[in-house]
Amino acid sequence: MPAFVLRRVLGLLATLAATALIVFIVLEILPGDPAAVMMGVNATPETIAAVRLEYGLDQPAAVRFVHWIGGLLRGDLGNSYTYKVPISGLIAERAQVTLPLAVMAVLTASSIGIPLGVVAAARANTRWDAAVMALSQIGLAVPNFWFGILLVLTFAVTLGWFPSGGFPGWGAGLWPGVQALLLPALALALPQGAIIARLTRSAVLEALQEDYVRTARAKGLTWRQTLTRHVVRNAMPPVVTILGLQFSVLVAGAIIIENVFSLPGLGRLMFQSIAQHDIIVVKDLVVLFAGLVVTMNFIVDLAYGWIDPRLRKT
Amino acid sequence: MAGGVAAAPRAGRSPWRHPSFVIGGAIVGCIVVVALVSLVWTPWPATKMNIPHKLLGPSAEHWLGTDHFGRDVASMLMVGARNSLAVGFVAVGIGMLFGVTLGTLSAAKSGTWLDEAIMRSADFTFAFPAVLSAVMITALLGPGVVNAIIAIGIYNIPVFARLTRSGALQVWAKDFTLAARAAGKTTVQITLRHVIPNIGGLIIVQGTVQFATAILAEAGLSYLGLGTQPPNPSWGRMLFEAQTYMQRQPLLAVFPGLSIALAVLGCNLLGDGLRDIFDPRVARSRA
Amino acid sequence: MSALLSTANLTIALESGEAPVSIVRGLNLTLNAGETLGIVGESGSGKSMTALALMGLIPSAMRASGSLRFEGQELLPYDEARMTRLRGARIAMIFQEPMTALNPVHRIGRQIAEGLMLHEGTGEAAALAEAARLLDRVGISQAAERLGAYPHELSGGQRQRVMIAMALACRPELLIADEPTSALDVTVQAQLLELIRDVVAERTMALIIISHDLGVVAELAERTIVLYGGAVMEEGPTRALFTAPHHPYTRGLIAALPGRGRRRGRLTAIAGSVPPPHLMAAGCPFHGRCKYSGEDCRVMMPPVTQLGQSLVHCHREEAIH
Repeated sequence: MPAFVLRRVLGLLATLAATALIVFIVLEILPGDPAAVMMGVNATPETIAAVRLEYGLDQPAAVRFVHWIGGLLRGDLGNSYTYKVPISGLIAERAQVTLPLAVMAVLTASSIGIPLGVVAAARANTRWDAAVMALSQIGLAVPNFWFGILLVLTFAVTLGWFPSGGFPGWGAGLWPGVQALLLPALALALPQGAIIARLTRSAVLEALQEDYVRTARAKGLTWRQTLTRHVVRNAMPPVVTILGLQFSVLVAGAIIIENVFSLPGLGRLMFQSIAQHDIIVVKDLVVLFAGLVVTMNFIVDLAYGWIDPRLRKT
Repeated sequence: MAGGVAAAPRAGRSPWRHPSFVIGGAIVGCIVVVALVSLVWTPWPATKMNIPHKLLGPSAEHWLGTDHFGRDVASMLMVGARNSLAVGFVAVGIGMLFGVTLGTLSAAKSGTWLDEAIMRSADFTFAFPAVLSAVMITALLGPGVVNAIIAIGIYNIPVFARLTRSGALQVWAKDFTLAARAAGKTTVQITLRHVIPNIGGLIIVQGTVQFATAILAEAGLSYLGLGTQPPNPSWGRMLFEAQTYMQRQPLLAVFPGLSIALAVLGCNLLGDGLRDIFDPRVARSRA
Repeated sequence: MSALLSTANLTIALESGEAPVSIVRGLNLTLNAGETLGIVGESGSGKSMTALALMGLIPSAMRASGSLRFEGQELLPYDEARMTRLRGARIAMIFQEPMTALNPVHRIGRQIAEGLMLHEGTGEAAALAEAARLLDRVGISQAAERLGAYPHELSGGQRQRVMIAMALACRPELLIADEPTSALDVTVQAQLLELIRDVVAERTMALIIISHDLGVVAELAERTIVLYGGAVMEEGPTRALFTAPHHPYTRGLIAALPGRGRRRGRLTAIAGSVPPPHLMAAGCPFHGRCKYSGEDCRVMMPPVTQLGQSLVHCHREEAIH
C-alpha cells in the first residue's frame, strides 16, 4: 500500500505544477499586456502604466511566475484589484459558502441516486426499473438552474419555507446557513443524482452476473442479503470514480447556481472577477479549482485501492 | 461508455422498433420545425415591445403570455429555438471536425509523442467542466453568441478526440486493417476507407449527446449574460429576466425552462435510440 | 430407511413462446444418506442444470416440474424461503470456477464464516475460529493467519479448498460438486478429489459428483447416472458401467477413453454432435447418433430394462446385450 500511495502523490504534485504553468501562460501571457486587459479599453496609457507598476506586472514573465508560485505556497495570494483586499481572505470567506454547498449536493445526489440505482437493477425490466430510468432521463434533461428557479418559486415564494436567496453567514447559526443552502444544493444535485442512479444500475447489473453471487445464494443468503453484502460493494468502484469527478462539475455548476440564489460563494466571485477583468483573482481561482480537481482524482484513486484489494499492488 | 465498434453502421433492426429513437426523433423534429418556421413567421414579432400589455398570462391572443416588456413569449421561444439549435449545430460541428481529425491522427500515430501530446492536452481540458471553460473563454473574448459558440466548440474537441481515438484504435487492431497494410495501402487511405466508416456510428451518437450538452451550456451562458445578447431572444436569458418577475408572473419562468428540458430530453432519447440501432449488443446488455 | 433425496420425473424446461424446450426430461434418481452418486455427461447434457435444480437455483426463465423430495419434504414448486433455509445448511454446493466463485473484495475467513453466522446464529469470533479449523481440515497450512487473505492471494487449488471449507461449514447432509476439478491442473485434481472423498466419508455426507470426466466420477462415486440430452441413458454401479457398459452411448464413452488397451491408432469417437435443446426430438435424445436407432426411438422415450445391477434406457434389445 505505501508504494501505491507514494506513486500517486508524486503524480499529483507533477500535475499541479503543470496546471499552474498552463494557467499562467493562458491568462497572463496570451492576452498580451495583463495590465491593459485589467483596465479595459478606455484606460489611458498612464493609468495602465501605474497599474503595471503597482502589481509588479512590468517584470519579466518568468520572474512573475516564480513570484506567484512562491506566494501560492506561502498562502499569500496577492491583493485583488477590484476589492483591494488580500485574495486569500476573500477566497476563505467565499469558500465557506461553496464548499458546504458542494458537499451537501454530493450527499443528496448519492443518497438518492445510489439506492434508486440498486432498486432499478434488482428489479430490472419491471415497472420500477422503467420508473427510475424515466426519472433519471428527466433529471438529465432539466437544466439545474431552471430547477433551482422552480424550487424557489414553490418553496420560497409560494410556501415561504425557505429563503429565496442570499446567505446569512454561519455566524447566524447552523440551521439558517443550512436553510439557505438547501434549495441550491437540491438544484445542483438533480443532474448528478440522475447520472449516479444510471451508473449504479449498470454497475450492479454487471456485478449480478458474477459467479460469486451464485455462491452466495448457494450458501443460503436471501436476495436482499446477497445484494447488500456481496453485490453493492463490488459495484462501487465506477460509482466512486464518478462521484469524485462530479465534485468538480458541481463546483463549476455552482457558478450558475450561486447566481440564481445570490449566494456569495466562489462561483459568484469567479463570475464577478471575470466581468471586472480582475486577472489576479481569476488566476488564483482557476489554479485553486484545478488543484481541487486533481486532488479529487487523487483521492478517488486511493479510494479505489481501498475498495478493491487487487489494485493495491499496482 | 462502451468503446465497442460495430461493423460499418447498419440498422440492426428497423429503426421504428426503438421507442427512444421514435420519441426522441419526434421531439427533436418538432423543435427543428418550429425553429425553421420562425424564420418566416411567428405569431408576433419576437422583439416588439408592447409595454401596456406586459406580464399577461396565456390567452387566445398571446398563446403563452407576454413578458415584462410586453413581448410575446411564444414568439420569443420560437426564435430562441432557432438560436439554441444554431449554436448547438455549429459548436458540435466545430468539435466534431477538429476532434475527429485529432483523434484519428492520434490513433494512427499511436504511441508517439504526438499521440501523448494530444491526449495530455485533452485530459487537461477535461479538468475544466464545460460551463467553467465556456465562462472563462467568453470572459477572455467578450460576451456574444459567436464567442459562446467558440467556447462550447473548444470544449467539444477533446470529447470527440478521445472517442475517435479509442474507436479508431480498436479498428486498427482488427485483421482487415493489417491485411490492407500488407497489401500496401497507406495510413491515410486506410484511415479514410476503413477507420472512419467503422467509427461513424459512434461519432453520430456522441454528436447527439454533445448537442444536448451544448444546448444546456448555451442556456447557462445566456442566463449569465455571456451568450446570445439582447435584443436577440434566447431561452437562458428569458429565464434570467423571469426571475425578477417571479412574484407577478410565475409562468414566465416555466415556459423557457420547459423548452430547454424538452430539447435536451429529445436529443438524449434520440442518442439512446441511435446507440441501440447501431450496436444492438449494447442494447441487450443495458436491458 | 427413506431416501435422503429422490426425484420422480423431474423435468426442467425453458418456457419459450410456442413449445417449452426441455433441458432435463423425466429424471428419476434416489440417494440415501452417506451414498455417493456420479452424474456423467458431455456439455449440454443437462447435468449442471440438474444440480442447480436440486438447490432451487435454476434461472428464472426455467420451470421445474415433477417431484423433488429432500428428507421427505416435497420441494416443488419452489418456495424461496424454504430453499434459503436449506441452502448451505442442509445442501451445499461447490462450483467449477474457484477464481470467480469467491468474492474478490472479502477475506476468505469471512466468506467461510458467513454461512455459520447466517444459519446458526454463531457470533463472529466463534465462526472465524471454526473457519480456521475448516481451513486446516481442507489442507491450507497456517490456517489462522490465512483467514485474513483475499482470494486473489491464493492459487486455484487453494481457492477450491476454500470453497470446500465453505460448503462444509454448516455440516450439510448432502454435498453437490459440479465439475470441481475441471479448471485445475491434473496434479492438483488428484489431491482435491482425495480431499473430497475423505471429508465426505468422515462426515457421512451424501455426495453427488458431476463431471464430464469419467475418471473423476470413477474416483468418487459408488453409483453413476449417464446423462445425454437431458435424459438418462444408463445408471448403475460405477464399476459395472466401466467393465460392462450396456447402452450404446455408454459403450461409446468408454471406448473413447484414450489408453483402453490399444497403444496406438485413432481414438474412437462417437459420430455426430449433441443437438441443441430446441431441436431435440420427442423420443430418445441419442437416436440421431445411434447406429441401432429406429423409428420408435425417434418418437417415444425408451423403456427401462434391468440388466444385472444396472438400469438401461433403450428400445433396441440387440443394442444393449
